[in-house]
Amino acid sequence: MSKKSNETSYISARESRRISRENQKITRRLDKRLSRKHVPEGEYLTQMRDTGNVVEFDNLHTYFFTDVGTVKAVDGVTFEVPVGKTVGIVGESGCGKSVTSLSLMQLVQRPNGQIVEGAIRLNLGDKAYDVAKMPIEAMQKVRGNVVSMIFQEPMTSLNPVFRIGYQLDEVIALHNPHMSKEAVKARSIESIRMVGIADAEGIYERYPHELSGGMRQRIVIAMALACNPRLIIADEPTTALDVTIQAQILELLRNLKSEINASIMLITHDLGVIAEMADYVVVMYAGRVVEKGLAKEVFLDPRHPYTIGLMESKPVINKTVERLYSIPGAVPNPVNMPDYCYFRDRCEKCVARCQGKYPPEVHVSDTHIVSCWRYFEEGGAK
Amino acid sequence: MSSTYENVVEVRNLCKYFPIRAGLFGRVVGQVHAVENVTFSIRRGTTMGLVGESGCGKTTVGKTLLNLTPKTSGEVVFNGNTHLDQLKGKELRSFRPKIQLIFQDPYSSLSPRLPVGEIIGEAVREHHLVPDNEFDAYVSRIMKSCGLHDYQKDRYPHEFSGGQRQRICIARAIALNPDFIVCDEPVSALDVSIQAQIINLLEDLQKEFNLTYLFISHDLSVVQHISDTVGVMYLGNMVEFAGKKEIFANPLHPYTQALFSAIPVPDPTVKMNRIILEGSIPSPANPPSGCKFHTRCRECRDVCSQKAPRTLDMGNGHTVACHIYDPESGYGAR
Repeated sequence: MSKKSNETSYISARESRRISRENQKITRRLDKRLSRKHVPEGEYLTQMRDTGNVVEFDNLHTYFFTDVGTVKAVDGVTFEVPVGKTVGIVGESGCGKSVTSLSLMQLVQRPNGQIVEGAIRLNLGDKAYDVAKMPIEAMQKVRGNVVSMIFQEPMTSLNPVFRIGYQLDEVIALHNPHMSKEAVKARSIESIRMVGIADAEGIYERYPHELSGGMRQRIVIAMALACNPRLIIADEPTTALDVTIQAQILELLRNLKSEINASIMLITHDLGVIAEMADYVVVMYAGRVVEKGLAKEVFLDPRHPYTIGLMESKPVINKTVERLYSIPGAVPNPVNMPDYCYFRDRCEKCVARCQGKYPPEVHVSDTHIVSCWRYFEEGGAK
Repeated sequence: MSSTYENVVEVRNLCKYFPIRAGLFGRVVGQVHAVENVTFSIRRGTTMGLVGESGCGKTTVGKTLLNLTPKTSGEVVFNGNTHLDQLKGKELRSFRPKIQLIFQDPYSSLSPRLPVGEIIGEAVREHHLVPDNEFDAYVSRIMKSCGLHDYQKDRYPHEFSGGQRQRICIARAIALNPDFIVCDEPVSALDVSIQAQIINLLEDLQKEFNLTYLFISHDLSVVQHISDTVGVMYLGNMVEFAGKKEIFANPLHPYTQALFSAIPVPDPTVKMNRIILEGSIPSPANPPSGCKFHTRCRECRDVCSQKAPRTLDMGNGHTVACHIYDPESGYGAR
C-alpha cells in the first residue's frame, strides 16, 4: 500500500451519495429485468459454440456497485468447461474466481452484484440457455438440478436445525415434484451411500452437528449429486479440511465424476489440488483470465509471469529451495483498475509494450492461451 | 538468566487434560486428553515444526508451553533452568517478553482501536525495554525490519491487508526482543503469494535476531520449508520426531507415512502412491485403547489395540512411537 493509492481511494460523503444514487438506477433496471415472471423461453435460448461443452463463459462481466465505486470483480472472463472434464480455476482471494461461479448459479449478491455484460451458455443437452439473461423464476429450475454447487465450509452450508435427511429430500422433491415421499427418501439414502457413507439410514436421521467435517462435506457432495447434475461447481471443497480428509474427498470426487459423467469446475487456491484433479486450468488475476490451457501445459510450461510467480512462491514437498520467491507488491485496488496490464506493477519481466493497453490473448498452442505482451510478437512461436 | 544454554526449551512428558463438566454443579464427568506425554526440545536458533490434523493438540502444546493454560503434569524448562509455572510476580513479568506468540488470524488478533505504532510499542513501553526518548525510533526500526513503513505508524489495523496485518503481529512479537516465538499457524489464513512473503520474513528475522521458533501448522510443505526438526502429533501424542531431512526421507510411523502421502503435489505428471486413511480422527475425550492410531492404521495387529506403544529411539535423533519397530512389543515380524 503506497501513500498515493490511499489518497486516491478517499472520497467525500457527497461524492459517495452521488455514486450511490447512480448505482441504484443501474441496479434497479437490471433487477427488474431479472424478476419478471412468465418470460418466454425464447428470450434466453441460445446456441452453444461447441456442443462438447457444458458451459461456455463468454466475455463475462460481473460488477459490484458499491458506494465507493464500481468493483469489477469479473472483468471479461472467457473459458469453457467440456463435458466430463474437470476445469480448475486458480487465483488468490479477490481475483473473481468465486464470483465467476456464482454468476453461473445467479447467486451473486443482488442488487449490488450484477452481471452487466457477456453470456454464460449452459448446455442442457437438447437446448442451451444463456444464464446471464435468465429470469430468477427460470433459474430456480436449473439451480441445484443441472448445475449444483459444493461450498467451502460444510458447516455453514448445512442448516443446523434440520435433519440431514430432510435437507436432502428437499432438493430432490423440489426438482422432481411428481415423486412420492418414499421414492424421494430412497433416492436420498442412495445418494448418501454414493458418497461412501456405510450407515446411510442412520445418517439420514442425524443432525449436521453430529457429524465430523469430512462427513459433512460428504453430505454436501451427496446433496450436490442428488439430481444428477451435468456440472458440479466445487468452490474450495477441501480448504477447511485436514490433509488426510482432503485426500479422501478428492478421491471421492474423482470416482463420482466418472460414475455420473458430470463435469467439475474446481475452484481453489491450492495448486497441488488442481494438478491432481484438473484436466484444464484457468489462472485468474484481478477479475481476468491471465492464462488457461491443459493442466500439463500450464504446470509444465507456465508462461504468464503471475502463474510462474504463483508456482514458485509455494513450497513443494521434497523440493528444497533456499528462499521462496515472493511476488512483490499486492493486488491493485479493485475500484480503480488501471487500463494497462493489471499485473504490470508487480511484474519483474516487463517489456516496453507493457506500458500500453491491456494485453490481448496470445495462443501458445491450440489449447494454451496467455494474456501477456511478452508472447505477443512471436505469436506463440517461442 | 543464561541465554547461552543450548536448548531454548525442553519439554518432558507434558500432559494437559481438560475436564468435561456436566450437570447443575459442574461435576467432572470425564477428561479430554488434549496432550499426553509429549517430549521434545528445541535448540537455539532453530525451528521446530509441529504438524498434525486439527484437534490433535498442536495448539494446546503451544499454549501450555507459554503457560497460557496451566499444564496438568510434566516439565517445561526454558534456557535450562526457568520453570515458567514456578515464577511469580516480578520474575514472571521480566521473563514474559522472552517468549512470544504469533496467532493464526491476523484479523482478530489486533486491537481495532489502537494505531499500529501503539500495538507494536505498547508492551515495549510497559516493560521499559528502551528509554522514552528512543521509543519512537525503536518502533520505527522494528517496523522497518518487518517490512512496514514508518508513515504507517498512525494507521489502524483495518487499513491494512491480511499480509500486512500478519507483519504487524510479527513486529509486535519481535519488538520485545524475544528468544523464543510460538508461531501458531501464522500463514494458513493468507494467500499463496503473501504466504511466501511472511515465511521469508520469519526466516530473515530468525537469522537477524537468532530466534527460535515453534512452528505449528497443518501445511506440511510449509513446515518442510521452514523447519529444522519436525514433530508429528496424533490425538495428543507425539508419534514421531526427527530432523527434517530424516523424517521426510524416511517416515517410520504409519500415520506419518499416510500424512505425507496425502499432500497434493503441483505437478500433473506425478502420480502419487497415496495411502488413504479411512474415517476421521477419534474423539480425544474417548480415545481408542492401546495405540490411539490403531483404528485407522493399515498395519494394525492384535497388540496395537491392547497396549500403548513405547517411544523408541531409532538413532540420529529420530524417535517413533509404534509397535512395529519395538522388538519386545509382540507385534511380530513385519
